[in-house]
Amino acid sequence: MNKIWLITRREYLTRVRNKTFLLSTFLLPLVIILFMAGSVVISQQTRSRHRIAVVDANGYFKDYLKSDSTISFVFPPGVDSLNYQQKGCTAVLIIPVLQKDTIHKTIYRLKYKKQLGLEGGIELENRVNNAITDHLIFEQTRIGRGTLDSIRTRSDIAEMRSYEDQGSTVRESSQGSAFVIGYVSGILIYLLTFIYGAMVMRGVMEEKTSRIAEVIVSSVKPFQLMMGKITGIGAVGLTQFLLWIVLLAALGTIGQTFISAETWNEVHHLQQSGPMGGGSAAGVSENAARLSRIIIAFNNTNVALIVFCFLFYFIGGYLFYSALFAAVGSAVNEDPQEAQSLMMPITLPVIFSFFIMSVAVQDPAGPLAVWASIIPFSSPIVMMARIPFGVPWWQILLSMLFLVLGFLGTTWLAGKIYRTGILMYGKKPSWKTMWKWAFHK
Amino acid sequence: MYGPTRNKQNILELTGLVKRFTSQTAVDEISFQLREGSIFGLLGPNGAGKTTLIRMITGIFYPDEGSILFEGRPFRAETDILRIGYMPEERGLYKKMKIGEQAIYLAQLKGLSKEEATRRVKDWFVKFEMQSWWNKKVEDLSKGMGQKLQFVTTVLHEPRLIILDEPFSGLDPVNANLIKDEIYALAAKGATIIFSTHRMEQVEEICDHIILMNKGRKILDGSVTEVKQQFKENLFRIGIAGAAPPDEAFPRGAGLPPDEAAPSNSGAPPGGAAPSNNEASSGGRIPSSGDGPATFEVVERDDNGCVVKIKEGYSSNDVLEYFIRKGQPVLSFSEILPSLNEIFIQLVEGTPPARQFHSLQ
Repeated sequence: MNKIWLITRREYLTRVRNKTFLLSTFLLPLVIILFMAGSVVISQQTRSRHRIAVVDANGYFKDYLKSDSTISFVFPPGVDSLNYQQKGCTAVLIIPVLQKDTIHKTIYRLKYKKQLGLEGGIELENRVNNAITDHLIFEQTRIGRGTLDSIRTRSDIAEMRSYEDQGSTVRESSQGSAFVIGYVSGILIYLLTFIYGAMVMRGVMEEKTSRIAEVIVSSVKPFQLMMGKITGIGAVGLTQFLLWIVLLAALGTIGQTFISAETWNEVHHLQQSGPMGGGSAAGVSENAARLSRIIIAFNNTNVALIVFCFLFYFIGGYLFYSALFAAVGSAVNEDPQEAQSLMMPITLPVIFSFFIMSVAVQDPAGPLAVWASIIPFSSPIVMMARIPFGVPWWQILLSMLFLVLGFLGTTWLAGKIYRTGILMYGKKPSWKTMWKWAFHK
Repeated sequence: MYGPTRNKQNILELTGLVKRFTSQTAVDEISFQLREGSIFGLLGPNGAGKTTLIRMITGIFYPDEGSILFEGRPFRAETDILRIGYMPEERGLYKKMKIGEQAIYLAQLKGLSKEEATRRVKDWFVKFEMQSWWNKKVEDLSKGMGQKLQFVTTVLHEPRLIILDEPFSGLDPVNANLIKDEIYALAAKGATIIFSTHRMEQVEEICDHIILMNKGRKILDGSVTEVKQQFKENLFRIGIAGAAPPDEAFPRGAGLPPDEAAPSNSGAPPGGAAPSNNEASSGGRIPSSGDGPATFEVVERDDNGCVVKIKEGYSSNDVLEYFIRKGQPVLSFSEILPSLNEIFIQLVEGTPPARQFHSLQ
């Protein structure tokens, strides 16, 4: 036990003190933030304001077409499809006299020289339709546009909450946030399993190729060496993960102060009017929406359960797979390509679980999701995607029990392969030989 | 050297040790005892099973059959490996780890406390003039420097049994001597050393006792002197005053065929005696191989004397008597013992390659 602790400490300290660790820990969140900020900045810059000249044969669009920060409608006299560019417009909208016929619709045209990013979108069409609606309302009820706008603003007073009927009690459902939390947790576990599993494999390969393995196993048991490495790197993973959380939280708080109230309002507005037009605007709103949804979700969901389960499945999944990665690392020689081909049987179930996970967030109670969240090969990833939607206790407990049994099993198996593999040089072993190492007395 | 340690107890007793792998028997019924404080040579061609045997002694492998007694008790890997220091032939260190830290870490794995490990590492670094290396990484070291460091990490925990597999490979003569002196010093302090190598001249120089393995079996076991006695061919070198330069009274080759000495030379070791037999010249004074007395035959001759093989049933005094009678002044008389190299080659050569795989059927 003491020796596993010594090895764990070395594995942990050499990695945590390494410059690469510091760089990846502190730079990765910064890079993500910068990337996100950069894409927002770039999209805002490319989103030029369009001046669209309108040739209106009806005479009322001047009063009803709404201009805003992205599109402004102008009605210069004498404009036509030949001279709109001279009048400083990027496009011209030609609206003939509209017939009041909902079946044989009147065609109006947009002409432009340079792509606007609006042609195929429904944004322009919505504005024209809103203008027609407002005009017709005025024609028949004499209620003006100003009144209509103020009614619209004041009518935003209701919000829907849906509840899941659970017999005697009801639970507030939060499908949207559950989806996000489930998906993000699933992806995180998937990524972390790979990142740290591969780290274990590289560590084992390093010990083997640098020939220190034989020196060490003359002092400790191979199993202790393997376990020390797994726990040490697992601790590195937890540390890195917690640092990322802290960093992201800090950066998020700082980032919030940089978002102006105007942007918040715009975001809010965009959110209400649904997905419209250019992805650039949606970029801002979705980030904000995700943030707000996560905030709401934190209030609505069982955070303690999710955090506990996340840590459990992260550690369990890591132990389950890293032992297998260690076994592969012990079997290969110097050649990284050998590692690639031997890794296949391990990476396949992980990737497969990822696909099941993306199904599970859509249908969290379906039989595929349920079974995949109980079988230990896929349970860490799939169960995390299901937990935010609410999972029966017996399923969680069974899944956890199987995961514990699973990683005890893989560790035992890996230990046997590792013991032989770590001292074997020469030919690349096949899975058959590794099987023999594991089960041959 | 072997003699005085005879009273001490056996630090290691192996009985009928067998280790089989799927395709071959790597170690086949090996038994031997190892006296405390001796320097023991484990010899054998490549693939003879030395490494497997060592791995069983260091607790890395469990034997399939047989028993290991360490310090008189059955070997228990968990605790006994702390009293063993092993420097494998394929040695390695963590390349990216600082040297001082690494030495301390390896000592801690052998059960030393951190303070004790630090103190001892510092002592050894001073002894080997390695203090300035402390914060360097292994990847910055030359091969020889790495070797010294490896030796330090092997003996740091003051093991009772030290196993060194080719400890001098890659070392220059100065550093090799440094390590050699440390090996002697450790043995003098009572540590037992197993020394595995192919370099026979080193074995002859350092070891008291040797074992020769081939194809998993022990084919030779004894002290260096015993083994040499066992394989001696009753060859003696006799230095004779004025063994006749060729241009003297007896012209070169006169009276006997010049190549007559050559055929009888076949049994003699190459390089065991004087360079060659092309000076078969001193006919009159030294009997040629054909003629001469019944007591011995001349195997080789040169300007300074000759090499003779004493025939069965006669002693060296019979030979001396012959020369004295002939009135030829004998200046020197010494026995030629075979070198371990010759014994090794004689025993191993001609046997099929060591790593023969059995058919799996």
